[in-house]
Amino acid sequence: MSEFEPKIVAFVCNWCTYAGADLTGTSRIKYATNVKIVRFPCTGRIDFMLLLKAFGEGADGIIISGCHPNDCHYTSGNFHARRRWVMFRGLMNFMGIDTRRVQFSWVSAAEGAKWAEIVNTTVDEVRELGPYTDYKKVADYLETEVTNG
Amino acid sequence: MSRIGVFVCHCGENISSTVDVEKVAQTAAGFDGVAYSVDYKYMCSDPGQSLIKQAIKDHNLTGVVVSACSPRMHEPTFRKACAEAGLNGYMCEMTNLREHCSWVHERTEETTEKAIDLVRMLVEKVKNDKPLEPIKVPIFKTALVIGGGIAGIQTSLDIANCGHKVILVEKEPSIGGHMSQLSETFPTLDCSQCILTPRMVEVAQHPNITLYTYSELESLEGYIGNFKAKIRKKAKSVDHSVCTGCGDCWTKCPSKKIPSEFNAGLDNRTAIYVPFPQAVPNKPVIDKDHCTYYQKGKCRLCEKNCKPGAIHFDLEDEIIEVEVGGIVVTTGFDVKGTDFFPEYGYGKYKDVITGLQFERLASASGPTLGEIKRPSDGKVPEKIVFIACAGSRDPAKGIDYCSKICCMYTAKHAMLYQHKVHTGKSYVFYMDIRAGGKNYEEFVRRAIEEDKVNYVRGRVSTVYEKNGKLIVKGADTLMNGQPVEIEADMVVLATAGVANCGSEELAQKLHVSYDRYKFFAEAHPKLKPVETNTAGIFLAGACQAPKDIPETVGMASGAAAKVAALFSQDELKREPLIAVVNRQMPPTFSSCVGCFLCETACPYRAIEREEIKDRAGNVIKTIAKVNDGLCQGCGTCVAFCRTKSIDIQGFTNEQMYSEVMALLND
Repeated sequence: MSEFEPKIVAFVCNWCTYAGADLTGTSRIKYATNVKIVRFPCTGRIDFMLLLKAFGEGADGIIISGCHPNDCHYTSGNFHARRRWVMFRGLMNFMGIDTRRVQFSWVSAAEGAKWAEIVNTTVDEVRELGPYTDYKKVADYLETEVTNG
Repeated sequence: MSRIGVFVCHCGENISSTVDVEKVAQTAAGFDGVAYSVDYKYMCSDPGQSLIKQAIKDHNLTGVVVSACSPRMHEPTFRKACAEAGLNGYMCEMTNLREHCSWVHERTEETTEKAIDLVRMLVEKVKNDKPLEPIKVPIFKTALVIGGGIAGIQTSLDIANCGHKVILVEKEPSIGGHMSQLSETFPTLDCSQCILTPRMVEVAQHPNITLYTYSELESLEGYIGNFKAKIRKKAKSVDHSVCTGCGDCWTKCPSKKIPSEFNAGLDNRTAIYVPFPQAVPNKPVIDKDHCTYYQKGKCRLCEKNCKPGAIHFDLEDEIIEVEVGGIVVTTGFDVKGTDFFPEYGYGKYKDVITGLQFERLASASGPTLGEIKRPSDGKVPEKIVFIACAGSRDPAKGIDYCSKICCMYTAKHAMLYQHKVHTGKSYVFYMDIRAGGKNYEEFVRRAIEEDKVNYVRGRVSTVYEKNGKLIVKGADTLMNGQPVEIEADMVVLATAGVANCGSEELAQKLHVSYDRYKFFAEAHPKLKPVETNTAGIFLAGACQAPKDIPETVGMASGAAAKVAALFSQDELKREPLIAVVNRQMPPTFSSCVGCFLCETACPYRAIEREEIKDRAGNVIKTIAKVNDGLCQGCGTCVAFCRTKSIDIQGFTNEQMYSEVMALLND
């Protein structure tokens, strides 16, 4: 059996991390293929229900990344995201979701190498944690038994 | 039923060398709702765009996914192409197969699989795209230029000469910047002040330019075409409308021991001062931190001696608000001081100076009137050592980059020294000689061959003082690393050019990106060198990275051309990617319940309250409404909304959820 390859979704803002990931490409820095980026205008836009949705759909790990504090293109969106993450982390703990499955970070438009590093370390960490099926089971149960039943 | 077209680009070999593009196109053809899928060598080229346009017509496409490079690069290109073929531009999305896939992975099956996943995500997103129309906004045709060095001067003059109004803000009491401090300029050795000061005067006299010296940007709101800037005019304590610039005040000022910024600390100035004789405006300000009256409450000598009565100690900082359409940041750079170098004495040896200080020594307007005299005892140095790359290209010092101008100015310094001290001997320690530029290499050869400057390839490990001499110890790497020791009278460090100390704070006020060295970041390293990621804000000069005068002037004119192009239109089309509150049929009218969490979340105060009334005029419901002139489309309100009533066009909940689901359900 081949080694487990985690599926990781990255929610990033358009102005810093998306541009930073573009720079990773322009600089030809290599990283793991497991992470796929979903582009948002700002991390403040990220509704954390999306994280649960992603886990429910089978994601093994999630990266959220935006502009550094004070550098938000929209002044304060990253602060909202940070506060939301602090709250959400407590909720994750309560629900028994390993918080190590979510990586929250800041990557600026000039930090191409940092993006590659975050992707690689997150992939390694999540690979170590193994496949994440618990939440998917709950989500599937809710869908079939509660919603339809 | 969606009819989506997928267009997979090879980007020459940039994508196709690691991604199996044919396979991506073939797989995409099988996705639900995809009516047409094709790969092509250069999708952004004219034939590539024609291919898309033709396919839209032939296959009656309702949406387009271009799988190529970053949307930050070509999204406008492809949206325009779609619009030309009659498909609403906002029905086109891009998959980033180049920056986010082919360039960052090796050629493996996983890379192609990832590319297919990325395409699938965007196909699902585009299914939920809605046609949108750009928002038209008026343009306020005044430019704000921040920084009055040569970059700001050139930009202001170019914009003003196009017939537009310019507001030039300079934080120092005079414009001129670093260029006014230079002695002579490479590679022609023409006097810096002689070429600069006429332009400074032109700025002051230009009818289209409003000059605010001793002023700084306080805050900025708004967006391209419609910025509102607050400028803090620091209190000068001198009424410039009355002051004649006669100089009676500063000759009488008793605080005479303040290191002169203009002379790089080589001599002193008074508390009431004009930074240099050719200053524009040539009228003094009072430096409150050093003024005896402000510090101790007594003195007022300047006031007593001012015949026109221009001195007013009670003047306060003034905040003015201006409306501008475009902004050019030209705040320049700074140089590291000698105290940054423990190996060269932490700045405690008076005769170890920076290149900028040498400029002042060599300048006819400097403290020695152009004679090369060492700061400690005023003697003419017989032996002088120049150390290039002091700090630059030195990861151990945290400055990995090349400061670019030092090789040239060091050659110039050595040359000027040889011209002024014929019996003197000069040595240059260098790592490499970087003399890229028109007539630059020839200039360095001239220093070596005609002026007999001794170039030693190697680094200097230490400088220390012994018997009134500076002992410079280094190695000559062209002589097998043979140790070299020179007893010098003066040492000049070509210290690294670094970002201005306030640059991070300014970048945050402007909401533009900056790099880890705190230089402002351009939108694209090659194709958008003067743009920032924030529309309507441009860059010129050394605030972006160290650069020499010709390059700065070129960039300044480039930024001015961008502003002039912006101002050539009467109204601007803005991306309609903004928030909207849903509306429904009565009796609900909207799912918005009027909690107004969005109002508190919005950083732009773009949320208004809309009252829904019945025929009799009674208010039935109050719901949120987005002011589309103010909304910038960050979407913070969307994440806040409890009832999912507010959504952001182009990044709707439906779109984002469908992307995530498409990615995970392959």
